[in-house]
Amino acid sequence: MTEAGTPTPARRRRQDPLIPAGPVRASAHVCMAAGCLSMQADTVFDSLCERVTARGLTDVAVKRVGCLGLCAAGPLVAVPETGRLFDRVAAGDDAALDGVVDGLAGGEGGRPIATDPFFSHQVKVVLEHCGQIDPERVEDYVAVGGYESLTKAVTTMTPAEVLGEVTRSGIRGRGGAGYPTGLKWTTVAKTDSPHGKYVVCNGDEGDPGAFMDRSVLESSPQQVLEGMAIAGYAVGANHGYVYVRAEYPLAVKRLTTAIRQAEHAGLLGPRIADTSFGFDVEIRIGAGAFVCGEETALIASIEGGRGTPRPRPPYPAASGLWGKPTLINNVETLASIPTIIGRGAEWYSAIGSGKSLGTKVFALAGSVVNTGLIEVPLGLTLREIVFEIGGGLPGGGKFKAVQTGGPSGGCMPESLLDMAVDYESLAQAGSIMGSGGMIVMDDGTCMVDVAKFFMDFCREESCGKCIPCRVGTTQMYGLLDRITRGLASRDELAELESLAGMVRDTSLCGLGQGSPNPVVSTLRYFRDEYMAHIDDHLCPAGVCKMEPREAALAAGEVAP
Amino acid sequence: MSVLTLTIEGRDVAGQTGHTILQVARENGIPIPTLCHLQGLSDVGACRLCVVEVEGQRKLFPACVTTIDEGMKVTVNSERLAAHRRRIVELLFTERNHICSVCIADRNCELQDLAVAVGLTHFELPLLSPQAVVDATHERFGIDHNRCVLCTRCVRVCDEIEGAHTWDVMGRGTEARLITDLGIPWGDSNTCTSCGKCVQVCPTGALFEKGRSVAEARHRRPYLPYLVAHEGRTR
Amino acid sequence: MSKPRLATIWLDGCSGCHMSLLDMDERLLDITERVDIVYGALVDIKEFPEDVDVTLVEGAISSEDDLRKIYEVRRNTRILVSLGDCAVTSNVPGMRNQIGPAAILERAYLENVTINPQLPGPMVPRLLAMSRPVHAVVKVDVFVPGCPPSADLIHSVLDDLISGRVPVTAGVTCFG
Repeated sequence: MTEAGTPTPARRRRQDPLIPAGPVRASAHVCMAAGCLSMQADTVFDSLCERVTARGLTDVAVKRVGCLGLCAAGPLVAVPETGRLFDRVAAGDDAALDGVVDGLAGGEGGRPIATDPFFSHQVKVVLEHCGQIDPERVEDYVAVGGYESLTKAVTTMTPAEVLGEVTRSGIRGRGGAGYPTGLKWTTVAKTDSPHGKYVVCNGDEGDPGAFMDRSVLESSPQQVLEGMAIAGYAVGANHGYVYVRAEYPLAVKRLTTAIRQAEHAGLLGPRIADTSFGFDVEIRIGAGAFVCGEETALIASIEGGRGTPRPRPPYPAASGLWGKPTLINNVETLASIPTIIGRGAEWYSAIGSGKSLGTKVFALAGSVVNTGLIEVPLGLTLREIVFEIGGGLPGGGKFKAVQTGGPSGGCMPESLLDMAVDYESLAQAGSIMGSGGMIVMDDGTCMVDVAKFFMDFCREESCGKCIPCRVGTTQMYGLLDRITRGLASRDELAELESLAGMVRDTSLCGLGQGSPNPVVSTLRYFRDEYMAHIDDHLCPAGVCKMEPREAALAAGEVAP
Repeated sequence: MSVLTLTIEGRDVAGQTGHTILQVARENGIPIPTLCHLQGLSDVGACRLCVVEVEGQRKLFPACVTTIDEGMKVTVNSERLAAHRRRIVELLFTERNHICSVCIADRNCELQDLAVAVGLTHFELPLLSPQAVVDATHERFGIDHNRCVLCTRCVRVCDEIEGAHTWDVMGRGTEARLITDLGIPWGDSNTCTSCGKCVQVCPTGALFEKGRSVAEARHRRPYLPYLVAHEGRTR
Repeated sequence: MSKPRLATIWLDGCSGCHMSLLDMDERLLDITERVDIVYGALVDIKEFPEDVDVTLVEGAISSEDDLRKIYEVRRNTRILVSLGDCAVTSNVPGMRNQIGPAAILERAYLENVTINPQLPGPMVPRLLAMSRPVHAVVKVDVFVPGCPPSADLIHSVLDDLISGRVPVTAGVTCFG
């Protein structure tokens, strides 16, 4: 208890961004996404503010921004006016901090953004504002044209025109399966519902190595909210939910701020742009289950139930949240919508190739120089992504495989490096686009071990409802474990393959149906590695520890 | 309600709009194996034993929740389906400790019957032998998690028929377990009405009446139509 | 043509399957007419012979001794039959798999013993970490589940095997 009249100690206020009153000569954009923040980007920001003030630079701005993309080299500071990027600006590193301040004052330093292959191959639609605006200031988003698309939609277009625009843009669901977004929207729009409909944003990103949705939510949350509101207008929904996983506290915090600010500014809520259309958004936080990214499980979770999938049909478009027609789109899909409406379907569909139009965000991870977040036109080759944008493997390592699509995806070998990255090609190669995780592996990786890792993930994340996924993944994991210990026979490999087919055919939801993919694709391209483990009791990559044959025989663990 | 015609196993059959493949097949005496399905309870499509092939479709459909269409051609028995069903039953046997010979439900068990129906004579896959417990805290009943197949019939009968919703499931994957209330001992549950419906619907020896020994459990199946008088919904 | 050579072996089981075999009553006479019983719990032969046509295996593989025996049986047998649930699934012997051999020995030989409690010495075959079904260790040709399989079933399986037919047990008998 504090005595009456005793002033409570003021909480240390968050340092405001430095924004000069007059014209701005240069501005420092300090990355505040989770990666850089974990390396004390907030301290870097404070130090830069102090140093700029100390130098008396009055025409220089220092602001917080979202993800600058090159996560491998954080903390990052960009100076857009000079087009330069300062990397590894560590907190307390005087030389690096002064280097940035010098750069702001007109000096050289940093690396040029425009000619850096990491940036020059990218086309930014979803990430257009990431690293440009302060994610916690709605003014910043509005200043770059934010909410203009929503206003345009609700004041100058009919819902049918919005649907037409999205359909003609050719965008497909960015959450993984690639279902045509326009078709999904139209289905929801056409379903009559006297008691309302819902728009749900799926931010339950859970693939190992994937952080696209997190970065978008942390860097430009308003963009996602605007996309949701446009979707609501198009399909006839006035209420939206953003489902974010609990492991993303920063995204939750920024979304909460964004919703509050947007409602306060009249950009969300009743009577948007003085029309009769109103739209509000609530956040729902997941409880750490991967399966809740599956749409029917997600719905069950929002409803307060146990997050388990149910058989479809009925699809959520017909009967979703509380039995009402529900549009469920991924974060990235919804973040693309403002641009599609703002610039038009023709502009968007000019990007990409074939049936895969537009751009896709990938989280580049693993054995690659430039780990980070990239956005590229669909149809780029794997080689361009890994070797040009990604800068190849560190230390001249030898490329072995690239994994896309997370636990439901597959591993593609060197021979497929010139394959275009689009929905159809990936499916043909035995993988999936997935949500956008892309893990590069070098020759020090054992592919059986990789398959085992993903199977372990699926086994742990299986909701336990259907038998093939619940027990099938556990048994497949057991067989893979025996292979990696040098105990398995060829019969057991055949058993693994048969089980993989059965789990794919009979599982209830996509998590189970896709769970054999890492096994099937590594068997397709790296079968010799499996055989080396089985026939020669040898792990070619030297990763797996083989158990002595004699001991296993004596314990009855292997057949003679 | 309009009448639709279709073929199941090459036989021309008719059913009403909204009826499931399983319903129509059973009306016409075409057997499809099931486990989680129980007439009168909602269907969850979880056990996957009833998957069937539909001509022109690559994926398989669970008959219990797939509604019929005009002109549909359904295959209930094929080599692929038989192999899948055998595998599903095998997976169930390997998951927990189903030692039929010392089970209360020996000779009165749907899992045991399924093994015969799908022609399972042994398990290619290793037994997982998990640590599972028996909760005997309830005055009249007990649950042996070693025998549970997670069909969730007990969860549904308790929720949908008795209206108590004492049962639910906790945990993920093979760690998933049935729980009473929020994971408290059954005997401490203050929602359980001790009606015993869960015991009657249990396909195996997981839920049992106390005082019975090996092979003495008798699920009073004829009692079920009364318990589950209304047609099931899907959820 | 000489008669088929039949062997039976009793590993980790309760002998119930052998009892069920004997339960064939007068049909035993017919069977013994048609085969040479060359090894088993029912005849007094110490060494497992070579060149056996059919061996019926009762029991799971639980100890080092079981393991040694089953390797020998497999080497010398043309058609190996897993007879009964212990051989087919490890059944009751397998119930210790979740507990482990050390704890089970302690309970059986120390905790529950009042006079001179002691763990078995080197004269008793050492338990394996897991009790396994026969086919987890060697190839098995015919599976006859049941606890025990009925005398009728055993008779029909033997009748088939002696007559050179492949017995079909799927859909005929259940576990337990």
